[in-house]
Amino acid sequence: MGFFLNHFYEIAAMILFGVGFMGLLLHNNLIKKAVGLNIMDTAVYLFLAQRGFITGRVAPIMGDNLEASVEEYINPIPAGLVLTGIVVSVSVTAFSLALIQMLHKKYHTLNLDEILLKAKQEKEKKKALEEREDA
Amino acid sequence: MRDPNNHEHHSNPFVAWVNGESKAKPEEEKKLTPTKEKRAAKSADVSVHHDRFHKAYKPLAVILCCAFIALLIFVCVKTPPFGVTDAPTNNEVAQKYIEEGLEDTGATNIVAGMILDYRAFDTLGESSVLFTAVMAVIILLKKDGDKKKEMTERQKKEEALQQHEEELNDRHRDVILKKTAGIVAPFIMMFGIYVVLNGHISPGGGFSGGAIIGAGLILISQAFGSKRTKKFFNFKVFTIITSGALLSYAALKTYSFYTGSHHMETGVPHGIPGAILSSGFILPLNIFVGLIVACTMFGFYSLFSKGEI
Repeated sequence: MGFFLNHFYEIAAMILFGVGFMGLLLHNNLIKKAVGLNIMDTAVYLFLAQRGFITGRVAPIMGDNLEASVEEYINPIPAGLVLTGIVVSVSVTAFSLALIQMLHKKYHTLNLDEILLKAKQEKEKKKALEEREDA
Repeated sequence: MRDPNNHEHHSNPFVAWVNGESKAKPEEEKKLTPTKEKRAAKSADVSVHHDRFHKAYKPLAVILCCAFIALLIFVCVKTPPFGVTDAPTNNEVAQKYIEEGLEDTGATNIVAGMILDYRAFDTLGESSVLFTAVMAVIILLKKDGDKKKEMTERQKKEEALQQHEEELNDRHRDVILKKTAGIVAPFIMMFGIYVVLNGHISPGGGFSGGAIIGAGLILISQAFGSKRTKKFFNFKVFTIITSGALLSYAALKTYSFYTGSHHMETGVPHGIPGAILSSGFILPLNIFVGLIVACTMFGFYSLFSKGEI
């Protein structure tokens, strides 16, 4: 049981990652898929942030004490990596939501199966039309 | 409680839209599609759901995810425990950043010194990612002025309806929202600017401060209407600020890449640690990043809500 307590945040992050992944797999709704992707991102931030933490130390921002010693501050590198991750996830979310909005405008549904079906029908219709024109 | 099977009468249209059941626009469209095709679509839809693969898909997906989580946790518990000092992640790189960061960069916030000095190229990439994302969203969602002639009757009608709705909204804006925003918005903006300007000596920086300023802009646009924000923030201003900030960032950073790579003099004084005007290029870089982030956040909002900036 000890290692579960030792790795509490890591396990929470992994479960969150799995929950997000399950959302991606199980939901047909495109917006819910985007939400699942964001939950996965959150899991990655949690994992990175807990990797950098060291018990009993503070965030690496020097106040009045300018004499820096390594024993006082936590690892600053994961903080920078989390920042990168947040920016990328915001960009990806915005782009995917824009694509979803375009799909909704064209097919009037957010269900992925219905969208694929409608796209297939459209393609077949186009093909039939072309064949008719050729004939 | 609402009947879970009765999805058609959601009180909140947004909830209905998220659930993919919005009926506001498709009503007309459905009449246009011939019934024969509709019937074919329905039968095909049913056949899809009775497919053997689709029957097994959900349990398989759950099992796969559980196995995935189990595998990840199994690997995780082999790593060093939470909060220990001698984990391999806390190696000489982090040690160097903490020990020499203040001397090298002049920033008392070591994370800011790291991301805007040691790893500034990475931050340039981040800003470019944001810039590219907003460009992509503009390409996808921005209403094109030239295409107005090619629009069908229905689209024209839709647009007119939207405009009318907007005008109505402008006339009957919520008084509570308006008054509260009038009091709160200046403080939000001030706090955002404070966070950006103090990025190198306190928690915060360009990204967080820019997000706060963007949120303030969104609040103003919500409370007073897009016509008000358009007076000082239109597409031209947006283009100039974002591309100008990105180019200036790149110019400043290339300058220091050439002159001030590690252990070389930039020629820019670091100043007294803890003062606002210190730490060389980090303050202007923070300002540029903040400008890009604020514009991007507000740009996303207005593109998604109105299709224009």
